[in-house]
Amino acid sequence: MAEDVATLDTVAAVPVEARRSSTRWDTLFRLLRHPSFRTGIILTALIVLAAIFVPIISGVDPDKLSMRTRFMPPGAAFLFGTDNFGRSQLARVAYGARLSLLIGTAVVLLNAVFGTLLGALAGYFRRLDNPLMRFNDALMAFPAILLAIALTAVLGRSIPNVILALSIVYVPRTARIVRASVLVIRQMEFVQAAVAAGAGHWRILRRHILPNSMAPLIVQLSFLFAYAVLAEATLSFLGLGAEPPTPTWGNIMAEGRQYMREAPWIITIPGGALAMTVLALNLLGDGLRDVLDPRLKIQQ
Amino acid sequence: MTLLSVRDLRVQFGGGAGAITAVDSVSFDIAEGEVLGIVGESGSGKSVTALSIMGLLPQPPARIGAGSIWFEGENILTYSERELRNLRGPGIGMIFQEPMTSLNPVFTIGDQLMETIRVHERISPRARRERAVEMLTKVGIAAPERRLADYPHQLSGGMRQRVMIAMALACRPKLLIADEPTTALDVTIQQQILELLLDLREEFRMAIMIITHNMGVVAEVADRVIVMYAGKIVERAGVKALFEHPSHPYTRGLLESIPSLEDDRQRLKTIPGALPNPAAPPPGCRFEPRCGFRLEACRAAVPPLADIGGGHDSACIRHRELANP
Amino acid sequence: MGRVVLNRIIGAVPVVLLVTLITFGLMRLVPGDPTAALTGLSGTPQEREQLRKDLGLDQPYYVQLVKWYADLARGDLGRSILLGQSVTKATFERLPISLALSAYALVLTLVLGLLSGILAALRQNTWLDQAAMVFAMLGISLPNFWLGLMMIVLFSVHLGWLPTGGYVPFTEDPIGWLRTTTMPAISLALLQVGLLARITRSTMLEVLRQDYVRTARAKGLPNYLVVGKHALANTMIPVVTIIGIIVSLLISGSVVTETVFSIPGVGQLLTSAILNRDYPMIQGGLLFVTLVLVGINILVDIAYAWLDPRVRYDG
Repeated sequence: MAEDVATLDTVAAVPVEARRSSTRWDTLFRLLRHPSFRTGIILTALIVLAAIFVPIISGVDPDKLSMRTRFMPPGAAFLFGTDNFGRSQLARVAYGARLSLLIGTAVVLLNAVFGTLLGALAGYFRRLDNPLMRFNDALMAFPAILLAIALTAVLGRSIPNVILALSIVYVPRTARIVRASVLVIRQMEFVQAAVAAGAGHWRILRRHILPNSMAPLIVQLSFLFAYAVLAEATLSFLGLGAEPPTPTWGNIMAEGRQYMREAPWIITIPGGALAMTVLALNLLGDGLRDVLDPRLKIQQ
Repeated sequence: MTLLSVRDLRVQFGGGAGAITAVDSVSFDIAEGEVLGIVGESGSGKSVTALSIMGLLPQPPARIGAGSIWFEGENILTYSERELRNLRGPGIGMIFQEPMTSLNPVFTIGDQLMETIRVHERISPRARRERAVEMLTKVGIAAPERRLADYPHQLSGGMRQRVMIAMALACRPKLLIADEPTTALDVTIQQQILELLLDLREEFRMAIMIITHNMGVVAEVADRVIVMYAGKIVERAGVKALFEHPSHPYTRGLLESIPSLEDDRQRLKTIPGALPNPAAPPPGCRFEPRCGFRLEACRAAVPPLADIGGGHDSACIRHRELANP
Repeated sequence: MGRVVLNRIIGAVPVVLLVTLITFGLMRLVPGDPTAALTGLSGTPQEREQLRKDLGLDQPYYVQLVKWYADLARGDLGRSILLGQSVTKATFERLPISLALSAYALVLTLVLGLLSGILAALRQNTWLDQAAMVFAMLGISLPNFWLGLMMIVLFSVHLGWLPTGGYVPFTEDPIGWLRTTTMPAISLALLQVGLLARITRSTMLEVLRQDYVRTARAKGLPNYLVVGKHALANTMIPVVTIIGIIVSLLISGSVVTETVFSIPGVGQLLTSAILNRDYPMIQGGLLFVTLVLVGINILVDIAYAWLDPRVRYDG
C-alpha cells in the first residue's frame, strides 16, 4: 500500500527516540532549518537593522537640498547618489525603509486585533456568522488595490490614512482565515469538553479556541506584511500616500520617474529595496507556512 | 508450471547508515492458477513485495538491492519501463485496498475501463465497449451498460471494488495481485468479493497473489500461504498444513489471536511487543524480542528458512516442538 | 447543476447590494466639502452651491440613496466632472483597451504559469523545479510598477527597441499594438505567473500522490496518459478556482501598469479621476469594475461546479 511505502519513508527519516510531540522549541528549530525561512529572516533582519541604523550612522538629513550636488550617480561621496534636489538617496531610502516597516507593522497589528475579533465572532457565534460574512464578502469583492486607492482618495493623504485604508482592505481576508480555523476547532472534543464543564464563551475562546487557531493566522500575517509594504509603495507611487517630501519608497520612485534617462538610480534603488523587502517577507511566510501548517500549501 | 518466481528479493529505502531493508531475501513461487496468500502485519514488507513485482515502487527512495523476479521465464526486474507497461494489464493485474480513492473521480467508469483495453489491444471501439460490459457483468454488476456512464462517486464501496477487479482483469492477465482487497469493505461485502475472486480464478485460469493481515481471508481463498515478519518470510506452507501445524511462533500467535466463540477467555490474546525498528533490526531472529519460545541461540544468528518436510518451510529452530506440543 | 447555478446567483445578490451600498457610502465619507475641492480656490459660493445641487448633495441621504439605485438600474453611473462625460460612456470607451491588455497578460499568465507549475511538479527537486520556484517567488515579490520602469529603462532608454509608453490600437497596427503592450503585459502578468506556478505545482504534486494515479500506472498506461490525462484533469479543477483571483489581481495591477506605460485604459481613467478628486468618476468606475469582478467570480464558481462530476451530478 502507498501508506506502507510512505510510512517506511518517514520512519527512515526520524530516529525512534525523537518521535515525541513537538514543542515550541521544536518548531523554532524546524523553522531555522527551513531554507526559505532562514534566508527570509536574515534578509529581514538586515533590512530592519539598516532601517534603524543607517540614518543614524550616516547622519545625513534626507531633506537637505543642495543644488551643488544634483544628480550625482552612486559613488564615494553619495553611496546611492542624489536626486534632482541634491538630496542623499541613501538617507532617503533608509528613511523610506523605516516608514515601510512601520506602516507594515501597523497594518499587521490592526489586522491581528480586528481580523481575529471578527473572525472569532463569526466562527463561534452562529447567529453572527451570516451577516458578518456577507459584509466580509462584499468588502472582498472589491479588488484590493482599487479599494485602497478609493479609500485614500476619500480620506486624504497621510500615513495614518494609508494604514487605515490598508487595514480596512485586508481585515476581511484575515477574518476569513481566523473564522475557518475557529469553525474547525470549535467542533473538536476538547472544546466540547470545556462546554460540558460549564466554561463561559469568552473563556473557551480565549483559552481553547484561539491558541489553537494561531498557525494559519501567523502565516497569513507574515504574507500580509509583504502585501502591505507593496501596497503602500503602490499607493505612494500613484500619488496617494504620504505627501512629499516624505521619503516613502513609492514617492521617491514617482518623483524620480521624470529623470529616468539622466538618473535611473533614483528609481532603481528604492525599487530594489522594496523588492528585497517583499521577497524577504514572502520567504519568511513560506517557511512559516511549511513548518506550521503544510496543508495550507494548496490554498496559497 | 511456475508462473512467477521471486528469488532473494531485497528492497531497501534510503541509503547509507540509516537504510531500511523492507524486504530481505524473500523467495517464493506461484504456479499457474494457484492462489498464494501473503500474511503479515503492517510494515512486514508484503505490499513492498507486491509493488516490486509490478515495478510500481518509486526508485528513489526505494532501491531494489538484490534478487530477481521471473515471470513466464523472464526476469522482469531487468525490464525497461516500456516492457513493464506492456506487462501490466495483459500479464499481471493489481487491485488495491482503497476502492474509494483508487478510481479517478473525474472520469466515468466506462472511460477508465475501456482505456485499459485501448492501450493494450487493437480492437474496435465497439468491441472495447462490449468487452467492458462483459467484464462488468462478470464481476456481478447489474445493468452494466448504464453503469458505464456513471462516475465513481455514484457507486458504493463494494461496487467500486468490483469495478477495480473488472479493470484489472480486462486484458486477461495470468496473475492478479490483490493487496488487501477486502479490508476497507463491510464484512458481508468482503465475503462476496472473495467468492468473486475465486469464481474468476476458475473462469480465467488465473493465479492470484492475495495480501492480507486477516487469517480468515487466507483460510477462505488461499491454496498456499507465506507468513512474513519484518521483511522476511518466517513460514511457508499449504493452507491446511499452516492452520493445522503452525510451525513458527509468529504464525501461532496470529492464529491464536483470532477470537473464537468456543473460548471462555476474558481478554483477546495478543502478541506482546511491536515490530522492530526497521533501521536497526535485532541481530538474530527478528521475532525473538517478542517470542515466547526464545532461546539464546535465537539471538545469535538469523535462523534460515528451512524445509521441514511436505512442502512446509519454517524459520524457527524450535519448529518441531511447536508442531508437537 | 441547475440548482448550483441558481444558488450561486441568489447568493450574489446580497453581495451586489452591499457593494453598491459601500460604494455609495464611500463617497459620502469625504471629509469636508467635496465641492470645495472640485471648484478649487477660485470657486464662488454660488458655483459651489450649484455644483452641490447638480450632484444632488443637498438632499438627505436616503433620497440620495434611492436616486443612486434608480440611476444604477438605468445603467447611469453618474457624470464625470473632469471629463464632462457620463461615467458609463467614458468607461466603455476605454474598456476595449484595458480588455485587450488584460487578455494579453492573461494568456501569458496561463501559458507560463501552468507550464512552469506542471513541469516543476513533474521534475520535483531537480534544477528545473528550483529554478521555476525561484522565478515564481521573484514574480510575486517584485513590484510590478518597478519592473515596468526597469523594463522601460532597459528596453526603451538604453536599447531603444520599444517605445516608452503610449498605445496603438490593434485594429490600426497589430505590430504597433504588440510593441506598446508587450512590456505592460509582462509586468502585469508577473505576479500572476508566480502565483499560478506555485499553486499549480503544489496541486499537481498532491494529485500525483493519489491512489488513482497509482491505479493508472498499475493498468499499464503510458506516462503521457497517467500525467497528461489522469493527473492533469484533477489538477486543473482546483486551479480553475484561482482564475477568479488572478483576474482580480490583473484588474488591480492594470491600474498601476496603465499609469506607468501611459495606456489610456480604464485603470488610467480611475487614477486620474482619483488624483483630480472626480468623485462621480471614482464612484462609478469602482462600482463598474467591482461588479464585473463579481460576475466573473460567479462564472468561475459555475465552471468549477460543472467541471467536477462530483458536484455536477449531485446537486
